[in-house]
Amino acid sequence: MAMSFEYKVEGGDFTHAGYASSQVKKMLKQLGVDNNIIKRVVVCLYEAEVNIVAHAWRGVILINLDSEQINMKLTDEGPGIADISLAMQKGYSTASPQVREMGFGAGMGLPNISTNADRFDITSEKGVGTTLEIAILLTGKAV
Amino acid sequence: MPFFLTVDRQLKQFNMTVGEICSSVNGNFVSGKEKAGHEIEFAFASDLMSDVLTVKCDNLLLITGLANLQTIRTAEMSDAGCILIVRDKSVSDEMQKLASESGIPLITCCTTMFRAAGELYRAGLKPVF
Repeated sequence: MAMSFEYKVEGGDFTHAGYASSQVKKMLKQLGVDNNIIKRVVVCLYEAEVNIVAHAWRGVILINLDSEQINMKLTDEGPGIADISLAMQKGYSTASPQVREMGFGAGMGLPNISTNADRFDITSEKGVGTTLEIAILLTGKAV
Repeated sequence: MPFFLTVDRQLKQFNMTVGEICSSVNGNFVSGKEKAGHEIEFAFASDLMSDVLTVKCDNLLLITGLANLQTIRTAEMSDAGCILIVRDKSVSDEMQKLASESGIPLITCCTTMFRAAGELYRAGLKPVF
């Protein structure tokens, strides 16, 4: 079992934010993946997807899945993150008031991804964009 | 002993059905009435969806005053068993459609979040921590 999926995400489009995460959740359920693992996957993916909508101009989500693990790569074109270590701190956020009105932007997203992922890498270039690489083992064993 | 501790020890905690939850807050079903018999054990009240996404337990009742599409998406990702929108907030057709597609009962009520949470705690729902 090896599968790949790609989803495009538009910055500012809160109407469709979460669509990719919802599709991935349905697919993992169909494959019979453990519910606790599905939840960890979709919480990571949804937080990251909302981050693109909230902060970037556009982005692409690449999902690679095999029998062992799911790898999620989210690459956006946007302002980038000036200080990643600061962005990883709980409570730090540069989100707009509009994003906060949607129930996000409290500086919890990246720390929550880090908590739920087996492997999490983030790289960013100011004025260019940000890439998140998230891996979760489908067997539930930490990497 | 403080009064609130005395009261707290007298409370018993039970699962509640979605229908009982709706009745307890004088609520109205927007969608998912067919799941009125579904049992819920825990509740979590927040307007901050990032907080909801940190909750580990499933099949909980999400009590919120935030009424937008991301409320429904967050409930879906959190495996919430029911959503209660408080403070008489309007629910859009898109929210209703997404809740139906996600299979999550959606209830609205006119009370404050504090009152709804208090009534449901007294009726037996458990806090997540």
